[in-house]
Amino acid sequence: MALLDIAGLSVRFQTNSGLFTAVENVDIQVDHGDVLSIVGESGSGKSVSMLATMGLLPWTAQVSAERMAFDGQDLQQLGSRQRRRIVGGEMSMIFQEPMSSLNPCFTVGTQIDEMIKQHKGGSRRERHERALELLAQVGIPDPARRIKAYPHQLSGGMSQRVMIAMAISCDPRLLIADEPTTALDVTIQAQILELLLKLQEEKGMALILITHDMGVVAETAKQVIVQYAGRQVEQQEVRSLFAHPRHPYTEALLSALPERAAGQTRLPTIPGVVPGQHDRPTGCLFNPRCRYATEHCREVEPVAAPDDPARTLCHYPLGRPDAEPSSGPSPGVSPETSSPLRPEVRP
Amino acid sequence: MTSQTLTMFKFILVKLAQLVPTFIGVTIVAFAFIRLLPGDPILLMAGERGISAERYAQLQAQFGFDRPLPVQYWEFLKGLLHGDLGNSLVTHSPVVHEFFSRFPATLELSLFALTFAVIIGLPAGVLAAIRRGKTLDHTVVGISLTGYSMPIFWWGLLLIMFFSGTLGWTPVSGRISFMYFIEPVTGFMTIDTLLAGDWGAFLSALHHLILPAIVLGTIPLAVIARQTRSSMLEVLGEDYVRTARAKGLSSYRVIMVHTLRNALISVVTVIGLQVGLLLAGAILTETIFSWPGIGKWMIDAISRRDYPSVQGGLVLIAFIVMIVNLLVDVAYGVINPRIRH
Repeated sequence: MALLDIAGLSVRFQTNSGLFTAVENVDIQVDHGDVLSIVGESGSGKSVSMLATMGLLPWTAQVSAERMAFDGQDLQQLGSRQRRRIVGGEMSMIFQEPMSSLNPCFTVGTQIDEMIKQHKGGSRRERHERALELLAQVGIPDPARRIKAYPHQLSGGMSQRVMIAMAISCDPRLLIADEPTTALDVTIQAQILELLLKLQEEKGMALILITHDMGVVAETAKQVIVQYAGRQVEQQEVRSLFAHPRHPYTEALLSALPERAAGQTRLPTIPGVVPGQHDRPTGCLFNPRCRYATEHCREVEPVAAPDDPARTLCHYPLGRPDAEPSSGPSPGVSPETSSPLRPEVRP
Repeated sequence: MTSQTLTMFKFILVKLAQLVPTFIGVTIVAFAFIRLLPGDPILLMAGERGISAERYAQLQAQFGFDRPLPVQYWEFLKGLLHGDLGNSLVTHSPVVHEFFSRFPATLELSLFALTFAVIIGLPAGVLAAIRRGKTLDHTVVGISLTGYSMPIFWWGLLLIMFFSGTLGWTPVSGRISFMYFIEPVTGFMTIDTLLAGDWGAFLSALHHLILPAIVLGTIPLAVIARQTRSSMLEVLGEDYVRTARAKGLSSYRVIMVHTLRNALISVVTVIGLQVGLLLAGAILTETIFSWPGIGKWMIDAISRRDYPSVQGGLVLIAFIVMIVNLLVDVAYGVINPRIRH
């Protein structure tokens, strides 16, 4: 049984101009000790689906799912008290902006202590010892001094380390990291990722890493889910995803990696932006930005083929013999004329 | 711990030094203000009988009004530095004494008004913020807007008419029923009656306080409720509140500890600013309820052109407001670690 088992998750927001569907029909399975990455641009609903799992969305959000279970317990059925036992204790989360994610009014020690007190209890002294140990574990120099520091006295990298210390303080079985390195310096990014992976391995916890950086995915994940405009467009094991992307969006993301653009004068980009509430195209949501889009793509919404393990949300998945739109209506652009780049697996 | 105390001490010293220019400004305004008003204290004292030119010149020389204004100001400032604000032209007793014999009455009224405003306003603002967009929220916002826009004297008269007139629940004016005579010790009627062990007098004093405190507290109440609400709403959207939720804390803890603590930073500032308004509002409220405090005393002094009383009273009020603001700044530093460090 998967540790986190989500099926058919949809999230809608009440806005002044009606309901906005931020996430639609997303399935996520994470096993014990697994590392899953959810990739996509801003606005693809990566964070929203995880915030929904944690129960952290504002009241304007309507969450529905066929199944939303953590370790066999249905999160939708749990009362708020029971759910709070899981959230923070067994399933914890760190966020994109470490500097603003810590409460400016309390010391680092108080904020870690509060978490331990909530889920583990123990005497004041025990909790203090534990907090010191955690700070050392996440690589904060001089924990005895830092534990008394206020968040504004810490750098972004240090704040994220504190957030990680707090998140792992109760030995969660699942850690969700929502773009944990986006707001940090490049040099710090690598350190934080390394730390997350080291802790994941040591503690045997599962890790969900939300990112828009394919480079991060390559270095960390085992499984990858690619999301676009609130939908899951592809799901693969990391090596085969890099070797044989199935969805044109995945392919486009991969070819935008600087490493892959070696020799080219310009870094390839994906033209346009993720559609918002008011500019949703008909048919496939990716069609206005897709280099392979046909008339058929513009008219009919794709569904994943039942026999496709990657569950590619595309009429013409790449890398398959039947990918040519021979059976579809007359194509506007032939895939042969713009044959897809074949990306190699990164070393 | 010691380094923290030291930082705090430095912080207070710096704030005190910053008060000096403000205070000098206040003395100039207070000195000039009453002299700019038309009317002459000596002619007013003489009344309708009039006064001979010699007597007039003699009195002018006696009070020092014949000297050039800068010299008068300098004398005023010199006296001030020695804690001497001169004598009232009307009662001939020292202004400092006149002021501080009435100040406890105003302070007592203001404290009750502020307590009323905080006790009702803070929870109302918090509740409105958590129930955002619901009926309760609209009610709080509506009532506080009404309260804020209400002219104090009119509101006071309405309450007197209803509660004292129609219902007969509360007394119309004064600090205590004339049945009781309480020897002033602290000047606070509620405390003095308790010190005297007279329970009936204590209740009577409270009874007299209710309406004026409500009237004086209405505007601060509205301001505090609105500020608390908007500040709470702002903080509720902060990342660290989401972190607090992600820790699995109860919503009570998320709101009362993580949100309110941060929201209070701006609320405390607003409460501090209300103190100046309370003293200003006290002038109207004291007049409506015949409350024997400094507000009523100032009004009388102004109408008699009692120069020493007016300038001395103004300086003392300004001084008290500045000290309260300093205390607010200190409290602000205690609540907000980013200021302290």
